[in-house]
Amino acid sequence: MGQIQLNKVSKSFGNVEVIPPLDLTIEDGEFVVFVGPSGCGKSTLLRLIAGLEDVSGGHVLIDGRDATETVPAKRGLAMVFQSYALYPHMSVRKNIAFPLRMAGLDKAEQARKVEQAAEVLNLTDYLDRRPGQLSGGQRQRVAIGRAIVREPEAFLFDEPLSNLDAALRVGMRLEISELHKRLKTTMIYVTHDQVEAMTMADKIVVLQAGFIEQVGSPLELYQRPRNVFVAGFIGSPKMNLISGAEAAKHDATTIGIRPEHIGISQTEGTWKGTVGVSEHLGSDTFFHVQCNASPEPITVRATGELSLQYGAEVWLTPRQEHLHRFDENGLRIE
Amino acid sequence: MATQHSRSAARLMMAPAVTLLLGWMLVPLTMTLYFSFKQYLPMRGGDLGWVGFDNYVRFVSSSAFWPSVQATLVLVGGVLVITVVLGVALALLLDQPMWGQGVVRVLVIAPFFVMPTVSALLWKNMFLDPVNGFFAHILKAVGLAPIEFLSQYSLVSIILIVSWQWLPFATLILLTATQSLDSEQLEAAEMDGARWPSRFIFIILPHLSRAITVVILIQTIFLLGIFAEIFVTTQGSFGTRTLTYLIFQRVLESQNVGLGSAGGVYAIILANIVAIFLMRVVGKNLDA
Repeated sequence: MGQIQLNKVSKSFGNVEVIPPLDLTIEDGEFVVFVGPSGCGKSTLLRLIAGLEDVSGGHVLIDGRDATETVPAKRGLAMVFQSYALYPHMSVRKNIAFPLRMAGLDKAEQARKVEQAAEVLNLTDYLDRRPGQLSGGQRQRVAIGRAIVREPEAFLFDEPLSNLDAALRVGMRLEISELHKRLKTTMIYVTHDQVEAMTMADKIVVLQAGFIEQVGSPLELYQRPRNVFVAGFIGSPKMNLISGAEAAKHDATTIGIRPEHIGISQTEGTWKGTVGVSEHLGSDTFFHVQCNASPEPITVRATGELSLQYGAEVWLTPRQEHLHRFDENGLRIE
Repeated sequence: MATQHSRSAARLMMAPAVTLLLGWMLVPLTMTLYFSFKQYLPMRGGDLGWVGFDNYVRFVSSSAFWPSVQATLVLVGGVLVITVVLGVALALLLDQPMWGQGVVRVLVIAPFFVMPTVSALLWKNMFLDPVNGFFAHILKAVGLAPIEFLSQYSLVSIILIVSWQWLPFATLILLTATQSLDSEQLEAAEMDGARWPSRFIFIILPHLSRAITVVILIQTIFLLGIFAEIFVTTQGSFGTRTLTYLIFQRVLESQNVGLGSAGGVYAIILANIVAIFLMRVVGKNLDA
C-alpha cells in the first residue's frame, strides 16, 4: 500500500515561503508527476514527502499514518536522485545491496534480492563494476535498482532523466513506465519537462510558485486547462494565447488555441497573416505566422507535406469548438 | 618540425631548474656519502683518512641507535594518529554551517603559521612549565601537584606540540575533501536507512580516504625530520632522541662528521623504507 496524503503542508526557508499550505492526495499505485517551471517548489515538495526537509506546517500521511515526524528511512519510501547519488567506492552489487545491508538482512537474502533486481534492470553483467565505469543510463538503472530492492511503499523520482541525452531519455522513460505497470507501486515523479509528464503520468500536478495550479489526468489538463498558466505550460508547441480585441470578440480577456486546432489556407480564413519561420519535422510542420489578431506570432501545426515560402500570405482559421476562453483572473470560462 | 623545435626549446628552458634541483639534492647526498666513509673530526685533527664501513658499524652498534629509531617511529606515528583523527573530526565540524565560520576557519589554520621554534618555546614556557605553565595552574587550582611534562612525559609532550602544529594542515586538506562530498549521496544513504555512524563509515570515510592518504604521506616526510621542537624543549633527553637528533649530536656535539654522515645514510634508508611501505598500503587509494 502506498497512499500519500498531504494536509496543509507548507515550507518556509527563513522568511521566504516556498510552499504555501497545500493539500494533495496520491492514491495507491498511481503514477503522479509534479511538473512546473524551475523554482516552482516541486523538488522541495518531493523532499518534504521523503522527509529530507522538515515541514514548516501541516502533516504528511502515508497509508493513513502520520509520518510528519518519522525519519526518512522509516517512511518506507525510496528515492532516485537527479545525480543518481551512487556510492562511488562501492561496486554496483554493493550499491544495490546497501539498503538491505543497513536493514540487517542476512548475506544470502541480500544476494538473492540483488540478483533479482539486477535481472529486472539488465544489470547482471555489470554487478562487479564501479559506478564510474558505467554509462549514464546504466547508472540510472543502478539507482533504480537500489530503490527497488527495498520494496518501498512508493518511489520518489527527482528529475531522474535530466542528466541523460535525448535518445536515452526516451528509452528510460519507457523503462520507468513499464516498471510502474509491472510493480504497481505508487510513483511520484518530479520533472520540468511537460513531455515526460504527459507521457508517463496517471495524474499530473502542475505547480507554480508552490501553488497547485491544477491536478488531473494528462488529457484533462490538455483539453480543459483550468487557467492560463496550465494552458501555456502543457502541450508542445505551446498553446497560442491571444488577449485584447480579438479575445473581447469571444467575451474573454484571453483566448487560447492550440497549434493543431488552427486551419491554414492560402485563399480564405478568419485571420490574415504572413508566414515567418517554418519548422519541418517530417511528420508535421510548424509555421510561425505573424497576423493582426495577435502581437506574438501564432504557431500553426500542419501536415509534413505542406511547404510555404517565408513571407507568403496565408489565412488562419481557429476551430471554434477548440477555443479556450479565460477571464481577467486567468481562470477558464466554461 | 615545430614540435621538435619547441621540445628542445622546452628542454633548454627547463635545464636551469632541473640542474638546480639535481644539484640541491645530489651535492649534499654525495658529500654525506663521501664523509660517511671517512674519519673526520673537525676539532680533533680534521680529516684522518678513509675508514671503510667503520662509521656505519659504530653508528648502529651504539646503544643510542635503536632507542632513537623507536622514538622516531613513535613520534611520527603518534602525530599521524592525532592529526588524522582530530583532523577528520574538525573538518566535519567546520563544514557545518555556523555563525562566524570564516573567522573560526582562519583561527583553526593559525598554528600552521607559527614557526616550529616559536611554537615549541610557547608550549614549553606557557603551557608545560611546571611553575608558570597554564596546565600547572589548572592542576594547582584543583589541588593537584603540577606535572613536569617535559621530563616525565617528554615524548608525549613533543607529540602534543608537533600535533598542534600539524593539525591545521590535516584539517585544511580534509575540510576541502569534505566539502566536495555530494550531499545527495548522504541523503541517499539516509533514505537507505543508514544512521549517522553508518553514513560516516560507509560514505564519508571512503570519500575522505584519498585526502587522508595525502595527509599521511606529506606529514610523514616532514615529521621524520622534526628537529627544532626537540632542540628547544628536551635537547634529546628523556627518550626524545630521534634519529635526526642523534645525527645532529654526533656531528655537532661530538664533532664527528663521519659518524653523523653514516647516520644520515641510515636516515635516508629508513625514510625510504617508510615511504615504500606507505605507498604499498595507501597507493591503491591514489590509483582509484
